Amino acid sequence: MTAAALRQRAWVEQIMGLPISIHLRGNGLRSGVADERIAAIFAELRRVDEVLSPYRDDSDLSRWDRGEVGLADADPMLAEVVRLCELAHERTEGWFDPRGLPDPRDGHPRYDPSGLVKGWAVERAAGHLAGLAGTGWCVNAGGDVLVHSPDGQPPWRVGIEHPGNPARIMRVVERRSGAVATSGRTHRGSHIIDPYAHRPAETVQAVTVTGPTLLWADVYATAAAARGKASLPWLEAIADYEALIVTSHGLLHTTGHWPSQELMTGDQC
Amino acid sequence: MRKITLWLFSTVAAVVLLFSYRTSTDGGVGTAAATVPATSQPSTSTTTAPSSGASPSPSASSSTKSSSGTKTYTGSTASTRWGDVQVSITVTNGKITDVQVPVYPNNNGRDQEINASALPVLTQETLTAQNANIDTVSGATVTSDGYLQSLQSALDVAHLS
Repeated sequence: MTAAALRQRAWVEQIMGLPISIHLRGNGLRSGVADERIAAIFAELRRVDEVLSPYRDDSDLSRWDRGEVGLADADPMLAEVVRLCELAHERTEGWFDPRGLPDPRDGHPRYDPSGLVKGWAVERAAGHLAGLAGTGWCVNAGGDVLVHSPDGQPPWRVGIEHPGNPARIMRVVERRSGAVATSGRTHRGSHIIDPYAHRPAETVQAVTVTGPTLLWADVYATAAAARGKASLPWLEAIADYEALIVTSHGLLHTTGHWPSQELMTGDQC
Repeated sequence: MRKITLWLFSTVAAVVLLFSYRTSTDGGVGTAAATVPATSQPSTSTTTAPSSGASPSPSASSSTKSSSGTKTYTGSTASTRWGDVQVSITVTNGKITDVQVPVYPNNNGRDQEINASALPVLTQETLTAQNANIDTVSGATVTSDGYLQSLQSALDVAHLS
């Protein structure tokens, strides 16, 4: 494997209640520059957590949700996230909806944009890696992945876990850039809410979406997990994004251009 | 350790694999069925014992051939957590032209789900990812608590400095 000859380093921190792991490939990974960039990413994500965590009473999000502060007076990240959530609500035909979600601590309805914040924040923070010329990178935030391979490096091989058995991989997709995001109920139970029925969505086990941005891949995966298999025609119509759905019956559906030929053998591509 | 570790436990696995393996040359599908298991390199670690009782099978359990290079391969029935599943595919000039699922879980009568775009996901078709040559794992959100048991944590440990 060509990847074996490349130097690779990993960093992991727990932020926003998630494991965030970053892998870099290339030369000069021990020069100190890489460590600085990684530190900047983690610092930015911790800052996002302070401002936008639904778990913190003192976050700008929670204070705004309680009516204690206006959008204009809160950290500007909040206004941007609220705006993006409105766009996400529109683009997903209402199936992504941060309003009235159960508070992760006590279950009371509240505004919780977490389904969008993670992808948005990781994508934004990954900007710190843009200047590392010749370096490949892979950021994995609790199962949502964003990668980049420079010229001369192989694509990243992203395994998609089997929803019935998280120790196993059911598909592998190779990406040189962009995102692979998965939503489902494997690890946390039925936490995805059907915004129309106001109850946990249970018709699919998992949805994986690939595409150029993690923000939208994640939003589309979350919306499709809420909507179920009926979301396939909608997903099919979204340019540049492909989806794989595993129904509660264990059947697998994909959009037309899902890269199924990349299943097993990396040297095919 | 980073060699691909690919276990195919059943005929159905091979058949489903065939479906996912888009070939462009005549006879390529048959070749894929024969070569994919052969090129896999079982790791020296033996922690990846088969989880099912199915025995490996080198090829489809049955096939029928008609004129003009059309062949139908029918896998043997596999027991899954959702029920029994059997898959058959039709290959014409090296390309899969039809997929049928003659036996499938129908506890809720969801037969409308069975079509060429809906295949059962079988545990047997998965890779054991004791680093099945993947770099990272996409899955339903792993929490900090669940991380230590996750595949991703193993992939991270391999590269932590």
